[in-house]
Amino acid sequence: MSRFFAVCFCHKSSFPAVGVMQTWSLVSISVLLGVAVRWGVSLNSYSGAGEPPMFGDYEAQRHWQEVTYNLPLQEWYFNSTDNDLNYWGLDYPPLTAYHSWLCAHIAKIINPEWVELHKSRGYESPEHKLFMRTTVLVADVLIYIPAVVLYCLCLTDGSSKKKVSSLLCILLYPGLILIDYGHFQYNCVSLGFALWGVLALGLGWDVFGSMAFSLALNYKQMELYHALPFFCYLLGKCVKTGLMGRGLFLLVRVATAVLVTFALCWWPFLSDPSQASQVVRRIFPVARGLFEDKVANAWCSLNTLIKIRSILSADSQLYLSFAFTLLAALPSSVKLLTQPTFWHFKLALVNSSLAFFLFSYQVHEKSILLVSLPVCLLLNDLPFMGLWFLQASTFSMLPLLLKDGLLIPYAVTSLAFLLLCIYLLSALDHGSEDELRVGVYRKLFCLPKLDLAGWVKWKFYISVAVMAGLSVLSVVSNPPPHLPDLFPVLVSATAFLQFLGIFIHFNVLQFSKPISKKSQKKTN
Amino acid sequence: MAAAAGTWSWFVPLAAGVSLFKCLFINSYHSTDFEVHRNWLAITHSLPVSRWYHENRSEWTLDYPPLFAWFQFSLSQVAQHFDRNLLQVQNLNYCSRSTVLFQRLSVVFTDLVFIYAVRQCCRCVEEQRSCRDIWTRPSFVLAVLLLWNFGLFIVDHIHFQYNGFLFGFLLLSVAKHLQSCHLQGALLFTVLLNLKHIFLYVAPAYGVYLLRSYCFTQDNTDGSIRWRSFSPVRLLVLGSIVTSVFTLSFGPFVVMGQLPQVLTRLFPFKRGLCHAYWAPNIWALYNILDKVLAHLGVSLQLLQEAELPAASMTGGLVQEFQHSVLPSISPSVTLVCTLLSILPAAASIWWRPRGGRGFLRCLLLCALGSFMFGWHVHEKAILLAILPLSILAVENREDAGIFLLLSTTGHYSLFPLLFTPAELLIKVCLMLMFTIFSFTALRKLHSASLLCPLEVVYLLGLLVVGVVCEVVIPLSPWKQRLPFLPLLVTSVYCSLGVSYSFLRLYGSLLSSQRKHKQL
Repeated sequence: MSRFFAVCFCHKSSFPAVGVMQTWSLVSISVLLGVAVRWGVSLNSYSGAGEPPMFGDYEAQRHWQEVTYNLPLQEWYFNSTDNDLNYWGLDYPPLTAYHSWLCAHIAKIINPEWVELHKSRGYESPEHKLFMRTTVLVADVLIYIPAVVLYCLCLTDGSSKKKVSSLLCILLYPGLILIDYGHFQYNCVSLGFALWGVLALGLGWDVFGSMAFSLALNYKQMELYHALPFFCYLLGKCVKTGLMGRGLFLLVRVATAVLVTFALCWWPFLSDPSQASQVVRRIFPVARGLFEDKVANAWCSLNTLIKIRSILSADSQLYLSFAFTLLAALPSSVKLLTQPTFWHFKLALVNSSLAFFLFSYQVHEKSILLVSLPVCLLLNDLPFMGLWFLQASTFSMLPLLLKDGLLIPYAVTSLAFLLLCIYLLSALDHGSEDELRVGVYRKLFCLPKLDLAGWVKWKFYISVAVMAGLSVLSVVSNPPPHLPDLFPVLVSATAFLQFLGIFIHFNVLQFSKPISKKSQKKTN
Repeated sequence: MAAAAGTWSWFVPLAAGVSLFKCLFINSYHSTDFEVHRNWLAITHSLPVSRWYHENRSEWTLDYPPLFAWFQFSLSQVAQHFDRNLLQVQNLNYCSRSTVLFQRLSVVFTDLVFIYAVRQCCRCVEEQRSCRDIWTRPSFVLAVLLLWNFGLFIVDHIHFQYNGFLFGFLLLSVAKHLQSCHLQGALLFTVLLNLKHIFLYVAPAYGVYLLRSYCFTQDNTDGSIRWRSFSPVRLLVLGSIVTSVFTLSFGPFVVMGQLPQVLTRLFPFKRGLCHAYWAPNIWALYNILDKVLAHLGVSLQLLQEAELPAASMTGGLVQEFQHSVLPSISPSVTLVCTLLSILPAAASIWWRPRGGRGFLRCLLLCALGSFMFGWHVHEKAILLAILPLSILAVENREDAGIFLLLSTTGHYSLFPLLFTPAELLIKVCLMLMFTIFSFTALRKLHSASLLCPLEVVYLLGLLVVGVVCEVVIPLSPWKQRLPFLPLLVTSVYCSLGVSYSFLRLYGSLLSSQRKHKQL
């Protein structure tokens, strides 16, 4: 906390009061701009608007409110006449259910029709849309945005202006805004909790951090993508401080905190083992297959060449994906275990979540947001690569966004983000070989004469051009009749190639030396 | 300057950023002005010129000057590639997705004129020192104050109008005058007058300034007028520019014998003293005083309630209404008041012209004077004062204080324009953003506090008014009984601030005159 205050109140200004005030007004302007952009996006359509009988994620969330409000807790996860699990059955952990229950109570006060059992199915009205959008914003303002503000003020390097710049860029990352406020989901809650976890670990509050992360896990099971780095970082730290002394004490405290948080979240379901096992079965639907739709991961991309799903049995698909995920996530985790610094922790978060996204079972295109969060945290240190990845991640969700009618917000926010990062973080100026840390490849592949930095930059320009071109093509042209999925496949393949490249790059970073303070000073 | 040339790199991201931000609100609420402009697109596209000012199938008849009609005509040439049905006159209240897209984008794109004008204005302000900190550069602060102006944003991009385009002409013409390119400035302003006649408010400032500072080439040593330096050639050139623009614009209608018809459309005096929602000016205070007196009279039994004319002054489409106690105001009274309020300012630049800045101050006083005393003033007209005042605010400490007062109250008075619940958050966020920025940046720029404690208390009172009007009253049972109470409270409270700013602005004119004399 002392560091926090030091950051906020120590300014080299001839008029100190103005300096502090300026930082705070810049922060509040950034937050207000972030909120305004979020609300601007929320005026647009949502997933499944006016598309009976199944509608989309918006209806799923409303349906969960209906179910949790009207049924006793014991029936939430079970199929019954009042709870048809085939119609958007609850398949997230208990914290999501509690959140729906809370929202449902507020909805009931405003308009009981919104959560009426059975009758409210597919309910849509402008007032209801306003209510649902507001619930997202409230969650965002309470959980995600404060975490971003604190992270940027306390845990990023550089002048206060640089901190505010990265704050603004992180708040305006298009992917999260488009999914939460356009498509409709509550990713800000789970990602917000995870971010609180990262923040707390960065500030050295390990117990608080592990509790926050446990909450994230209990809100959305996909947070498992981040679990390995959290585990390895804390374990590595315990080992480093001595497993026989203070380390052991820390380990016990962290373990207790995690167990208690889990127990509290699962309390109502623990009385009956069948309850708990049913929740677990709902949360991990193994039967749904290796992948759905077009997602920019290894299996879907491989599928365009080899039809894996028809060659392998469901079980072997599961084992194969499990093995590959573990293999891909292992190097960074082992490195983190031996060197548990905050820098390596952030990198490992990227590497682990990207490994999960690329190779694990049943991945959704929206899961890329789990990778985007740690990349956002690295945006200040690695603006060029961060920008590249974040643009690619938004682009990878293009087919989904087009289906939801979010073309204009997609185009506007992506362009604005590109502009912001280039101007505020000077993403393109930080492109020397040293800063990009591409020198390693020279040693690896014996490439003495190439201008690697220039090469990388050109690759970036080309990929931005390809992404822009594909975006335009997907909108304006019709695919040939025998290839109806041409554009979604092209989009996911393009995104996959970039993700793979970035995965390799971040793994290389994990194993190279951290940014030296000297080179940082030069760039500042 | 050569070294500073490279440091303009912030302008493009700022302008591009705001343009992109505007595009986010394509699907937000839009007012009937949207249909008004769609109807004008249809009229100008599908009817011959002779029918433009006669067409009355829609209640939203064409009531802007001819050049704006031609502007709509040129937009309609693009519109036909979006949706041909929007150009049918009989398609009243037509609002397809592509119509919305086209009309919103047309506002964003025509705002390029505004962006260019802002760039020109920023070049005119004095850069005191070559400082590296962007926050202490007046040009940067001015660019943000103009490009991200709250009022312009909600009026144009949510409520729907083309003010950005029009104010672009105004600012460009001001910038030309500041750069001493008087003829270009005059041309731009004449074009502007033929685009929207509300800019007649500031025409006196232009008339006096051009006559005095352009047609007379020299001053006496004490700054007073030297009659012998009058240049008839300059007057002739100026006059020919003005008349040729007016001929181009109104000529065809004069030839067709439609001038009276056009003029009745442009100046509809059948409307009431105040708009449905009272603009925060003197008449709002006058109305409320009348209400209070009537109420007092009835309760003290000096007046009979039955004798009072029943008038709900803020209700619905306001036509003429009677005041209960105070004398009713006729258009001629407002005209006289307006002229009287403008006169000292105009006289001041006639006797002691103080270059482009003096002209700008006079322009502001004209705009604000007409706003304070004019007939049927719209609350949106406050932008006519706020935008040019931004230029003075970054150069002068005194003006910065007035700007903070006027912009905050004036912008707050625009809140009732957006009354839909979905837009509540947007207007609050944007207003806070703009206000926080202007307070911080101007304070940093002038490195001093700019408002006295009483003014700060008044502005904080706006927060209370905001909470009461936007949250408390809508949720309380009063909403049913007194639906217009929030509007009334807002306009009366804001009119105090606007009147005060008007007086302070006049005070600054007089004090600068005194300073000038001492020199």
